[in-house]
Amino acid sequence: MGLFILRRSGVMLLTALCLTFIVFFLTNLYPNLEKLAKTQGNFRMSDEAVASWLDSNGYAEPMVVKYGQWLGVLPGWTRETEDGFTGRCITGTATAEEFAEASTFCGILQGDWGYSTRFKDEVSTIVSERLGNTGFLMLCVLLIMVPSALIIGVLAGMREGSATDRSLSTASILTTATPEYVSGVIFIAVFTSSTVGLKWFKGTATSAMDNPTFENFFLPVLTIALYGMGYIARMTRASMTEVMTAQYIRTARLKGVSFHNIVLKHALRNALIAPFTVIMLQFPWLLNGVVIVETLFNYKGFGWVLVEAAGNNDIELLLAVSVVSVVVVLVTQLISDIGYVYLNPRIRIS
Amino acid sequence: MEPLSTFEIAGRIIYQLSPVWISLVFLYAFSIGFKRKLGLYGKLFDSPIGMIGFGLVMFWVFTGIYGAMDMIVTHDPLTQVSGMKNKVPGTPLRGAEEGDYPYYLLGGDNLARDVFSRLVKGAWEVIKIAPMAAVFAFMVGITLGLPAGYYGGRLDTILSFAANLILAFPVILLFYLLVTPEIVATGVPNYMAIVLFVFPIVFVGVLLNSRYYTRPKLRNFLLPLVLGLIIWFYLQLVSNGGYLINTPSYSIWGLPSAMDMFDIPGGILVVFVSVVFVNSPTVFRIVRGLTLDIKTRDYVAAAQTRGEGPWYIMLWEILPNARGPLIVDFCLRIGYTTILLGTLGFFGLGLPPESPDWGSTINDGRKLLSIYLHPALPPAFALLTLVLGLNLLADGLREESLKD
Repeated sequence: MGLFILRRSGVMLLTALCLTFIVFFLTNLYPNLEKLAKTQGNFRMSDEAVASWLDSNGYAEPMVVKYGQWLGVLPGWTRETEDGFTGRCITGTATAEEFAEASTFCGILQGDWGYSTRFKDEVSTIVSERLGNTGFLMLCVLLIMVPSALIIGVLAGMREGSATDRSLSTASILTTATPEYVSGVIFIAVFTSSTVGLKWFKGTATSAMDNPTFENFFLPVLTIALYGMGYIARMTRASMTEVMTAQYIRTARLKGVSFHNIVLKHALRNALIAPFTVIMLQFPWLLNGVVIVETLFNYKGFGWVLVEAAGNNDIELLLAVSVVSVVVVLVTQLISDIGYVYLNPRIRIS
Repeated sequence: MEPLSTFEIAGRIIYQLSPVWISLVFLYAFSIGFKRKLGLYGKLFDSPIGMIGFGLVMFWVFTGIYGAMDMIVTHDPLTQVSGMKNKVPGTPLRGAEEGDYPYYLLGGDNLARDVFSRLVKGAWEVIKIAPMAAVFAFMVGITLGLPAGYYGGRLDTILSFAANLILAFPVILLFYLLVTPEIVATGVPNYMAIVLFVFPIVFVGVLLNSRYYTRPKLRNFLLPLVLGLIIWFYLQLVSNGGYLINTPSYSIWGLPSAMDMFDIPGGILVVFVSVVFVNSPTVFRIVRGLTLDIKTRDYVAAAQTRGEGPWYIMLWEILPNARGPLIVDFCLRIGYTTILLGTLGFFGLGLPPESPDWGSTINDGRKLLSIYLHPALPPAFALLTLVLGLNLLADGLREESLKD
């Protein structure tokens, strides 16, 4: 087991390295750098001005060298100007003494995530603050999504082909067919607009960042939860129907155990193994939903940072965002693998 | 003129869609009449769920096709008519001339364009991209997944790692990185198109060769003919105005313009390529899993004993036996591709801003949602019903294919 986790962690590290390099490559293509230079400097820069801006800010070096600097395995760039020294590890312009004291390496290995050109702030503070917002959103989503999906799935799978099964299955197909931007728009139209006149909820979740209430936070949570719910419910149903046809359930019925007891004591535990994996693998999709819903409801979380960073080619912020999302994806995969073994003793990892 | 009542609007829309209803009636009458002779497709008409799903899908397919032929649309989807901005459904057209359709059936959007016509034209945007993208994703996934599952070993490790790498990417981040005008200018999507579109050629080439290599005469005639045609199409697809890649700093020569029948605008190409790119790893994983399962069967062992080549076994023994799950996944994948295209439109990526596709229309409409509902809701329901139809169709197919 220890070896398995170790090997998976190695693969995880390699994946994260490859992915960040791809992001690095795409964001550092020349047209993207030109766009960055023009948004940071001014829009009427000549080609020479762009080139000199890129050179004086350390963007003109070869791609691999820059990636090494970001990782912290190569010394950060430095430039000597008339005013003093500038460099990767220095904020603003420094004098000769400060320059001598500044560290040579400053990449993520040293805990320095860089500086956001969009928000003019440290990347680590932005990401941690926004992750907090999104983490709360995700928590609420999971609290609604998982129990209701499991209940729907178990109820539907209990008696295959019954009217309950048919209607619940159709409902779960309906929710998987409704992407967040469709259900969100419909919810806003029905529950918040003055045309329909219900006005039960608020159409934006901006105030929910400081003071989340049922009124301003329920719709975004529901929008994300619904899309994932149908899929988990269908998986639970499939696994439940399979368990209900198993031999030991038939034996229990022939012994005269009540249906209620069969479902709760015999079937449920075995039926919940498969949905556990599915729930864990839903995390990457939740991340997608978060980006859409945060844009739709104007909730400034991690997804909003992603959109802002990508729209403004904020290289270091984008890299941090991709590192965080890759880690989330890979850690949930690892947990689902380990949890699967733990829940189901019939499977052993060789 | 008086504005139309709700019933009149519904009636006029139903009348406007009459070619679609006629086609649907013919299709259903024909299919139900011959359902015993039509294999899996015919069996679909035994399951009510599958029939409803198929009906929804075909409704949008016919709407898209007839809409592209300008049969259903009442107005030009891009023309702005003054005085029709944000007007409610059923408003009479201001200053209507002889020959103009006198009403905006579903109202006007915030740029005074007809919502109904944009909805119908938007169906064509989806119908022309989504199934093609799913087909290409399947070609890539099958061509790589079969050998990965069949041979295993190092090849499998490398390909699986690459697939997991792409799957670990948040889809929206990938879209934001790939589908921008700056990336189009560097030619990265063209390189990706050149690589991804090779897979259908490889697939068809290997498919025909492995089947007919024992009959050299037929093969020597068939293979160059088919491959020549496909390669010609491939070159037309990847070259634009005589260039494979055309950036300000350098360019690579492609097929001369005289032989190039169609050009794909850079914006559409990048959307298409990214959607294929995102979908193929999932297909790869499914095909690989199915291959791992099927290669232990007796008929595969029998083929190996007969001395059949590995590619013959993969393509003519394993693949046909994996078709059930693959057909089901194909329907689901078209639905997922539709959702992805909508997501791209929703974030304003790739497609031109005036494009009538549903995602962009929803995005335009949501800004005024608290006051005007009618521009955003029709495309939202359209997308919902199409994807729902595809899911129900997949469900029906799964049920019927399990009955064998």
